Amino acid sequence: MTTVHTLRIDGADVAASDGQSILAVATENGIDIPTMCHLDGLSDTASCRLCLVEVAGSNKLTPACTTLVTEGMDITTTSEQLTEYRRTITEMLFLERNHICAICVANNHCELQDLAEKLQIDHFELPVINPSVGIDASHPLFAIDHNRCIMCQRCVRVCAEIEGAFTWGVMGSGIAERVVTDMGTPWGESPTCTSCGKCVQVCPTGALFENGRSIAEGSKAQRPFLPFLKRLGEGLEQT
Amino acid sequence: MTKPTLATIWLDGCSGCHMSFLDMDERLFDIAERADIVYSPLIDVKAYPEHVDFCLVEGAVSSEDDLRKILHVRQRTGTLISFGDCAVTANVPAMRNPIGVQPLLDRAYIENVTINPGIPVSVVPKLLAMARPVHRVVKVDVYLPGCPPSADLIYQSLVDLLAGRTPDTHGARFGR
Ligand code: SF4
Ligand code: SF4
Ligand code: SF4
Ligand code: FES
Repeated sequence: MTTVHTLRIDGADVAASDGQSILAVATENGIDIPTMCHLDGLSDTASCRLCLVEVAGSNKLTPACTTLVTEGMDITTTSEQLTEYRRTITEMLFLERNHICAICVANNHCELQDLAEKLQIDHFELPVINPSVGIDASHPLFAIDHNRCIMCQRCVRVCAEIEGAFTWGVMGSGIAERVVTDMGTPWGESPTCTSCGKCVQVCPTGALFENGRSIAEGSKAQRPFLPFLKRLGEGLEQT
Repeated sequence: MTKPTLATIWLDGCSGCHMSFLDMDERLFDIAERADIVYSPLIDVKAYPEHVDFCLVEGAVSSEDDLRKILHVRQRTGTLISFGDCAVTANVPAMRNPIGVQPLLDRAYIENVTINPGIPVSVVPKLLAMARPVHRVVKVDVYLPGCPPSADLIYQSLVDLLAGRTPDTHGARFGR
C-alpha cells in the first residue's frame, strides 16, 4: 500500500504518495515549475537547476525534479530570488553557445525560447562569449549543431534508456563540455546509432534536427520515430 | 503643447526592423499625431538633432562607423530603445564573431574573389573585433526583441513610451 503524505506547496495543502518528486506533485496540482533537463519518461540528472525550489527549514535550494516529498514538507516554488536565479540560468544557457533564433531550425518551436518568453527575458545582462563550436552533419538523416546545444543531456538519456543504443555521451567539462557520439566518432560513422531519431525528438532546442529541414518550415522534425527505421530499411534517399 | 520627438537609426541590421516599422501602415498617421519624427533613414534629414526624446536603434554595433553613431546618438537622446534582435543580442551580425575579423575579410574579399582580390581600405568603415549588442556599448533604456519585432509590438510600445509609460513587451520573443 502506498503511504500518503500531506505537504504544502506555495501555501496550499496537497496530498502526495510516497516516492513522488516535488515536481510530479506540483505538476499534478497545476503548479508550474520551470524545467529543462527533466523529461517525463527519462531518468533525472538535475543538471539544469531551473527547477530549484525552497523548502522550509533548509538553507539551500532543492531541485524539484529529483527531490522526493516527505511528510509535512513546506515548499515555495516562486519567489523573487528564485525568479532571479532562473533568469540568470536561462541567460547562461543562451550565452554559453551561439543562439541566433531568426535563422534557427527550431525558431518558435524551441523550449529555450519558451522559457525566455515565460521569464520575460528581453535582453541579456551577462557578456557574450560567441565561442567557436562545430556542427556534425555526417549522419545521413540527422545533424547536430553544437551552437544550439544547452547540455541538457536528454539525447544521452533517451538513447541509453529508451533505445538502448548508448550512442551519445559527454566529453570535456565546463565551457568545453560537449555531447558526442561514440566517444567522438563522427555521427555518420557510428556503429551503435540505429537512426531511430529519438534524440532529435527529445532535444529541446535546434541542436538536433533532421537533415534538410529549413528555417521556413518552422520545425526541426516532422515524422514520428519509427518511419526512420523503415526508410533506412528501404534504403530510401534522405531528402 | 509640443509633441515629443522620435528618431530611428540603422546600424548593422538588414533594415527589416525599419520595414516592420513601416508595416504599422495607417497607424503611422497615429504615431505622427503623437510625435514629431525628426531623424530617420525614412525621412530626409541629414544631421541628428541636439536633443531627441526617443530613438529606436536597429542593428548591432559592428563597425567604427556604428560606434561613432551610437555614441553621438546616446549623448543626444532621452530614451534609447534597442529595436530588434540585432540591436538586442547582435543576432545575425554576431555570426561572424567566432570567425574573427581577418579570416572573415580574407574569405570574403580574397579567397573567394577572382577579379581584383583585396580588402577595401577606404569608404567602407572598419569592422570592430566583435559585433555587439547596443547595450554592451552604451546604456539602453528599453528592449524590443524580435526579428523583426512585429508592427503591433512596435505600435503598442511607441504609444506607451510617447505617453510616458513603460511599454508592456509581454509576449515579445527572440526570433519572432
Ligand atoms: S535553439 Fe532555440 S533559443 Fe537557440 S537559436 Fe534556436 S530557437 Fe533560438
Ligand atoms: S543536443 Fe539537444 S538534447 Fe542533447 S544535450 Fe544538447 S540540447 Fe540537450
Ligand atoms: S533584427 Fe532581424 S529584421 Fe531586424 S535588422 Fe536584425 S536581421 Fe533584420
Ligand atoms: S529540471 Fe530539475 S534540474 Fe533540470
